[in-house]
Amino acid sequence: MTTWTDYLTTDSPSSRRQARLGQLYRQWLAFKRNPLAVAGLVIVVALLLIAAFAPLIAPHNPLAQNLDKRLLPPSAVNFFGTDSLGRDIFSRIVYGARVTLVIVLLVVITVGPVGLLIGATSGYLGGWVDRLLMRITDVFLAFPRLVLALAFVAALGPGLENAVIAIAITAWPPYARVARAETLIIRQQDYIAAVRLQGASQWRIVWKHVVPLCLPSLIVRTTLDMAGIILTAAGLGFLGLGAQPPIPEWGAMISAGREQIFDQWWVATFPGLAICVVALGFNLLGDGLRDVMDQR
Amino acid sequence: MRHVAKLLTVSAFTALMATTAMAQTPKDTVVMAKQIDDIISLDPAEVFEFSGGEVVGNVYDKLVRFDLADPSKLYGDLAEGWTISPDSKTYTFKLKPNVKFHSGNPLTAADVVYSFQRAVVLNKSPGFILTQFGLTKDNVTEMVKAVDDKTVTITVDKPYAPSFFLNCLTANVAVIVDSKLVKANEKAGDFGYEWLKQNSAGSGAYKLRAWRANEQYTLEANPDWFMGAPKVKRVVVRHVAEPASQRLLLEKGDVDYARNLSKDQLDSIKSNADIVQQVGDKGYILYLGLNQKNPNLAKPEVREALKYLVDYDSIERNIVAGTYKPHQAFLPKGFLGAIDDRPYKFDPAKAKELLAKAGLPNGFSVTMDTRSVNPITDIAQAVQANWAQAGIKLELIPGDGKQTLTKYRARTHDIYIGQWGPDYQDPHTNAETFAINENNAEDARSKTLAWRNAWDIPEMSKKTGALVFETDSDKRKAGYEAIEREHQKVSPFVIMFQQVEVAAHRKNVDGLILGPGSAANLYSTLSKN
Amino acid sequence: MTTSNISWGGRSAVWGRIAGRELSTVAITFFGLLLVTFLIARVIPIDPVLAVVGDNAKADVYDAARAALGLDKPLWQQFATYVGKVFTGDLGKSVLTSNLVTDDIKRVFPATLELATLGTLIGVALGVPLGVLAAVYQGRWPDQLARLIGLFGYSVPVFWFGLMGLLLFYAKLGWVAGPGRISVAYQDFVDPITGVLVIDAALQGEWEAFRDAWSHLILPAAVLGLLSVAYISRMARSFMITELQQQYVIAARVKGMSEFRVIWRHALRNAFVPLITVIALSYAQLLEGSVLTETIFAWPGLGRYITNSLLNADMNAVLGGTLVVGAVFIGVNLLSDILGRLVDPRTR
Repeated sequence: MTTWTDYLTTDSPSSRRQARLGQLYRQWLAFKRNPLAVAGLVIVVALLLIAAFAPLIAPHNPLAQNLDKRLLPPSAVNFFGTDSLGRDIFSRIVYGARVTLVIVLLVVITVGPVGLLIGATSGYLGGWVDRLLMRITDVFLAFPRLVLALAFVAALGPGLENAVIAIAITAWPPYARVARAETLIIRQQDYIAAVRLQGASQWRIVWKHVVPLCLPSLIVRTTLDMAGIILTAAGLGFLGLGAQPPIPEWGAMISAGREQIFDQWWVATFPGLAICVVALGFNLLGDGLRDVMDQR
Repeated sequence: MRHVAKLLTVSAFTALMATTAMAQTPKDTVVMAKQIDDIISLDPAEVFEFSGGEVVGNVYDKLVRFDLADPSKLYGDLAEGWTISPDSKTYTFKLKPNVKFHSGNPLTAADVVYSFQRAVVLNKSPGFILTQFGLTKDNVTEMVKAVDDKTVTITVDKPYAPSFFLNCLTANVAVIVDSKLVKANEKAGDFGYEWLKQNSAGSGAYKLRAWRANEQYTLEANPDWFMGAPKVKRVVVRHVAEPASQRLLLEKGDVDYARNLSKDQLDSIKSNADIVQQVGDKGYILYLGLNQKNPNLAKPEVREALKYLVDYDSIERNIVAGTYKPHQAFLPKGFLGAIDDRPYKFDPAKAKELLAKAGLPNGFSVTMDTRSVNPITDIAQAVQANWAQAGIKLELIPGDGKQTLTKYRARTHDIYIGQWGPDYQDPHTNAETFAINENNAEDARSKTLAWRNAWDIPEMSKKTGALVFETDSDKRKAGYEAIEREHQKVSPFVIMFQQVEVAAHRKNVDGLILGPGSAANLYSTLSKN
Repeated sequence: MTTSNISWGGRSAVWGRIAGRELSTVAITFFGLLLVTFLIARVIPIDPVLAVVGDNAKADVYDAARAALGLDKPLWQQFATYVGKVFTGDLGKSVLTSNLVTDDIKRVFPATLELATLGTLIGVALGVPLGVLAAVYQGRWPDQLARLIGLFGYSVPVFWFGLMGLLLFYAKLGWVAGPGRISVAYQDFVDPITGVLVIDAALQGEWEAFRDAWSHLILPAAVLGLLSVAYISRMARSFMITELQQQYVIAARVKGMSEFRVIWRHALRNAFVPLITVIALSYAQLLEGSVLTETIFAWPGLGRYITNSLLNADMNAVLGGTLVVGAVFIGVNLLSDILGRLVDPRTR
């Protein structure tokens, strides 16, 4: 074990890989010292596990209705009670973790690269390209985010895929802005000038040299943004335009419990708590990552 | 105390404000919490939606009214009486003397002529209720004529059943407006439309004081109403979207009436001794429309199977109890010719048998456009679970009201879960939409429900259409009953429920009348202790 | 080139150029905003005519309404007509409310303004001290606590938080009033002067109405406030950390100034310049981001107005509302850009 630690913590790494691994290790050590960040990591890992093993964890079928057992309070049989169609809320929340995860991952996969590319291109090329791209970004930023997402869902039709597209359309501009700001700083660095002198094409410079350097701040930004994505998705579900019933999407579950809020508080309370915990998990994790990765 | 003194001079109900606790409504004012965001205009020539109908019903009077206890009976309202010519084409109405508008202008035959003229010429959404009798903007002044100050004749183009024509006169579009007042507010020949959208010019129990879209309307009593002054001076109806909020406002005494409580709220206020519930039948029919363009849904056995595949009892008991009741015919209870037959019960075995006969023993996949409001969403999900028992995979497509409706009207749905409310108090209104489709082509002018579900029924259309000329009331009634029974068997409509309107109110307030249509929800009998 | 080298005349020329560029930028952004909104509202598969005539209208009525809305014309022509009208200050009429859109906005915008302003005040009152404390005790428990509170604000679904607030403070405890802006009893009591209900009530000395309006306002504003606490406290922390490392702070300490004075009088005053930008941005966010809060609290504000109009394809209302939100956003951004330039010339 000690050899591994030595290998990772050495002051004079003998290869590029060793240097990179060593840096990662030191970052991990710093991360570990932050209890809030570790709590975030635990929550996110728990979310992954719950989503993966949902059928083993959930005691009931999340879709099975039993109209004679509707709106039952929390009990040993139904930990979080039942909803207006007699479905087990705990099981629905467990399965809902999958829905949340799918939305978050799909949005991130779509948004990250798009924002990065637009921002890096804009920042590196400058001139009219920069101005055009930034005006487009401004237009999207000037829109109330939820209203824009709502408009796109309405245009595309309901369903998870469309909700993902709608959220992605509203989520890319901040990424582009961050990437552009980073690029503006990076492009003035001497080694970029050196690469340019060596005759590298503009695309190559953006893709091979600018983008990788923007990556750390983008990873941080992404993790922090996951909470925002979860909230936007829940907001869409709450307004009745996200997932299709009977999919156990947490926002839609809160919306369904709105009518009973004053008598059967559990219907809306537990899905809300689930959103809170998961979003907080991503935020804590992202915050911790920022501390160790993005020290500039 | 300075401000209290000031308040006294400001408003009619201020005196009470200083003495009563905060959470109480003024004594001469009845306050209601209600969903009124459907109001886009208060011009009676345009009002066609639920909430607006209620306002017009209380602000304006009509020539004839139906009996609230038995809507198939009619009596004179502004009209003292009427006669019908032997050829069933000319109706002569004698007006009651001494009726005055809110403005103080006397109500005369000229006002009747003007009211019909403006409704026909403006020809807004409810205009067809009058124009279907052959009134057009070119001939209306000849067809509707003032004989003298208190006598009017109305001539129609064909010998319709008198019950049909008179029933249509009970619709809001046929109310009498104050022609002098409206003319004074005319702009560029608009018949005062821009003005009347937000103001009133009626003779009814209440006059409109203010309306702010999506917020509230305020009505003020007309002390000179010809039926006698209303007891409550002022009615304030406030838009509260959430049923749960409505209920809290009611329980806290912030409002006197909550008008849109759902089943669960009704259950939970039963134990509150300060609150009373009252019900009235409404004409709204809740149904599934099966688009006949879908080859599976076009099979008669499938249509029938689906009617056996809804657990009507369980849905009624658990989801809509108190707000809907089971009903399986296209004419709502209270209409001439309405039937009470309910031939279908939840029977998955029978449904499977029928599906097998249709060549679909393992079911099929199909989508349903569903408004994202309750109880529609819950009913749709219950139906989804019911159908799964016969192997039918129902995918729900949620959307906002206008969104699903747009799709429905374009006939691009598979199944649509919807409500239909009668336009006027005559069986033809529902019969026309559910059982007439004269042209099933895409570009048809008449987009009845039958057309929207691409149900091509030349025979039934003819039979149904003929009934508006059946002058013998009993034969007319029998005719509709026969069509309803046939319709129940063959139609692509799974008719499930009829709406029941519930109003919950504080014990110290009473007297709201919940009639069969929204225009017959009357405030004039309200009282408050 | 650093700022100190520029003569005063040179500086004003630079500012003039910047102003010109910003102005054209704003114009282009506005045009883009209009175009995007217009296209979205047209692409949505919702028939705008239905909002005018309802579902049961006959074909001739439907066609007349469609023509009246100008929908029978080609798309570019509709857009050109609209933009032309916007330049003359005519935002058209809303179909849903049958009012002029400008009148509607005059009514709903103050409601949102009221909510967002109080929300921001709450956010500043709590967020700034929290951020300062976190910076002073960097890495220790007050910092962790502030971080947790801040992150919680980023994590809670606002509609759920509002519901829980209503459940607790309205239904169970009865401390505040329920949904809506004012109780029915006080409705129409207060003449609109500014449109901001609590101010109007206070101006007219209607103290009971004021109290009622206030008790309706406080809960939704607090819910929004929590969101801005998150943002403001985090930014306040990072600005303060920067300031506390500056030379003048060290100098002040060396001179024996009390720690309290150093932090609250000197460091915070300097940190406040960038913080104002943050507060302005947060304010703009609350102004545009209150759709869900307004829905939960039945608040007749701008967010709900836009959403509702959108779902009815009420073109003019959507466009008008979006223009206002866009103007707020662009204005605040411009302000923060200018402030940013004043503070940090490197970003030029």
